[in-house]
Parts: sequence; C-alpha cells; structure tokens
Amino acid sequence: MLKGYGGLILDGTLTTISLALLSVVIAIVIGLAVAGIKLFGPAFGRVLADVYTTFIRGVPDLVLMLLIFFGLQSLLNQVTAFFNIEIITIDPFVAGVATLGFIYGAYFAETFRGAFMMVPKGQLESGLAFGLSPGQVFRLILFPQMMRHALPGIGNNWQITLKATALVSIIGLSDLVRAAQVAGKATYDFFTFSLLAAAIYLVLTTLSNILLSYLERRYTAGVRQTAL
Amino acid sequence: MIDIFTEYGKAFLYTDGYQFTGVAVTLYLLVITLILGFIFSLFLAIGRLSRNRFISLPIWLFSYVFRGTPFYIQLLVIYTGIYSLGFVRENDYLGWFFSSGYRCAVLALVLNTCAYTTEIFSGAIRSIPNGEVEAARAYGFSGWRLYRRILLPAALRQALPVYSNEVILVLHATSLAFTVTVPDILKVARDVNSATYQAFAAFGSAALLYLGLSIALIVLFRKAEKRWLAHL
Repeated sequence: MLKGYGGLILDGTLTTISLALLSVVIAIVIGLAVAGIKLFGPAFGRVLADVYTTFIRGVPDLVLMLLIFFGLQSLLNQVTAFFNIEIITIDPFVAGVATLGFIYGAYFAETFRGAFMMVPKGQLESGLAFGLSPGQVFRLILFPQMMRHALPGIGNNWQITLKATALVSIIGLSDLVRAAQVAGKATYDFFTFSLLAAAIYLVLTTLSNILLSYLERRYTAGVRQTAL
Repeated sequence: MIDIFTEYGKAFLYTDGYQFTGVAVTLYLLVITLILGFIFSLFLAIGRLSRNRFISLPIWLFSYVFRGTPFYIQLLVIYTGIYSLGFVRENDYLGWFFSSGYRCAVLALVLNTCAYTTEIFSGAIRSIPNGEVEAARAYGFSGWRLYRRILLPAALRQALPVYSNEVILVLHATSLAFTVTVPDILKVARDVNSATYQAFAAFGSAALLYLGLSIALIVLFRKAEKRWLAHL
C-alpha cells in the first residue's frame, strides 16, 4: 500500500501522537504549577512566571524550538568541553517533548489562571474556615470546579500542541511530516504524500473534537445552560 | 554576541547587501497577509452566515480543513506538493506562480489566516443583538447597506480583541516561511548559526526581534481598542 511507504507513514503517525500526548502532559503540569505561582506565589515568583508566559507567547514556537534545541546543545557542548568530558547529545525525541511541553506550558498556565479565578473566592475562604488545609482546599474545592471552566481552553491548547508537533521534523525528528517528505522524495509524489499527512492530521483533530465535546458534556453535568 | 550584532545586525533588520532580509521581509509578509486576509475574510464571513447551503457549507469546510491541519503541512502542500505536479509546471501562469517561495508563503499564510479570521468575524456578526438588525430593517436598511452601515461596524469592533490575537499568530506563522527559502528573520538566524556556530546568540537574537514585534503589535492594538471600543 502507498508504494510501500504505508509502514513508514504509520510509524510517523504513532511518533506524532505519542509526542503530542507526552508534551501535553508536561505542559499541563507546568501550566498548573505556573498558574499556582501566579495566583498564590511570592512576588518574586510571580514576576518570574509573568516573564515566562510573556516571553513564550511573544516568540514563535518554531524559533523557541530552534533556540532550545540548538542553543541548549551548544551551551551543553561548551560545558562538556570546559570540564573535558564526553559530548552529551540531546535526543531529538526528548528534546521535542521537553520543548513543546515548555512552550505550551505557558499557554496552559493562562488557561488555568483564568479558570482558577472563575471559582468564587468565598468558597475557598469557607473551606479554610471549616478547618481544611490549603492543600485540601485546592484538591477538594478549587480543582474540581476549575476543571469545568478550564476544559474548553484545555481542548483548544491540545489542538494547538497537536498541530505544533508538525514542526519537530525541522529539528530532525522522524515524525509524520518527515515520513511524508521521505516518501514524497522517493516516489516523486510530494503532492499525494503531503496531502495524506494533512488528512491524517485532520482525522486526529476531528477525533479530538469529538472526544472533547463528550468530556465537556460530562463536566458540565448539573450546570444549567441558559438558552438564548 | 556583540560581534554578531555588528556583523549581522543589518541582515537581521533589512538587508544582506543583495536582497531584503530579516525584519523587513517578516513585516512585508505580515502586512500583505493581513490586508488580503482581512478583505477575503469579510466576504467569507458574510457567506458563512448565508442561508444558502451551497454558499455556507463550502466556506465552513474550507475553514474546518485549514483550522484542523498544521500550517507547516499547508505550506508544504502548496510549495513542494503543487509544484511537483506535472501540469502545474508546464502551465506558464501556474508554473510561474508556484515556483516562488515568496508567493507560496503568502498564499499559504492568506489561506490559513482566512480560515481563522472568517470564524472570528462570522462569530462577531452572529453575536449582534437581533433587535439592532430589526431596528435597522425598520429604518429601511437592507442587504449591502445593512452590512456596511450597521452589522460590520459593530461586529468588527467586537472582534478586535480576538483579531489582535490572530494577528500575533500570523506573525508567528511567518517564521515558517524560511522553510520555503524566504529570507525572513529566522532564515538570517539560521545562516548566522551555520556561519558562526553560536546557536544560542543567533536564535536568541531572532527570538528577541520577534518578541519586540509582538509587543509592538500588542501596543498598537491596545491603542486601537481604546479608540474604537471607548464606549464599552
């Protein structure tokens, strides 16, 4: 099938999916931590978190990717040369996951910050007044209610992250885009294979749309919708 | 770092001595994309809300496909994909058009931003209270005049904050143009990197330039919001 390149395309697709899933997990963890710092952290931490989110959202993801991937590698080379130890090469997959997670963590941070602020402050205060620890207030009161408000934003960010994985072929990862390019070069049929890659991405985004609307229906269960 | 600025500062800003490069090229891509995208999106947004299925459905499909696929792949399809087709290369006009990285980059950027901007504009038009439309109809407005005098001024005002986000995203998307040989900021950074092996300084300068452009755009849109959304 596909002039013998079906397996390659499938491998690339699986790489793309695992890359996107792992990056989103990292981005969510970073996002939650940064949102927490922005809302409840010390002043110094807040400034640092603001610099992080502004810088990341002001610079194109591709530039950041190249900066982190090549820039970190060259810094690392200087360090290893200084200490006279063997050169450490950053694995492209690990670098891709870390970079995407680091970049989209900033987007998730803003989503979570907005969602945290939607939970009325009185609820947190009454939780504390009832003798819950701050950790319990977060886990039992803030987090479950925050999720409902955060879900549309999370879905949006997931789609953006998924589409951003197309860039990792530029830093040398053999993902779906790279597979399509290799197959296109070998068969002189760039058109079919790049359209195929686009179609696979479209299927992935459509599937996640369906899953997300299902999740949203679940998390808004018990919330009255205003009909206009 | 300083030697990079003295040696390549000019290339980063506007020229490498032979052609326009760097910030000038990025801004050129951004401005032309925004102008064309804005005009097409207005018409597409109106068509998207049409009661005629044969008009609204294809526009929805166009926007869904372009929003559901990565911009990089769209650029690849247009630049390497379409030009690899035999009949395109043999046709004088098509061959001329698709042989240039610049033209392909602008085409891909315009199509991509149209998909998003159409959704933004049609959402804004739809959110206008029905009473305003009824009042306008009662005063005798209809068709084109209703759109030009009542719907679009209100909708575009409302869309401004979301549209400013899209403009920043277009600026970010232009950074992919270097993959089709357009000498924008990132292309200069890559050349500097391969010439000096100072990856961190090269890409760091590019990142700072993009950051500066983003901040300038944000400030501009704040000003625009103050002017046009002052009544809100």
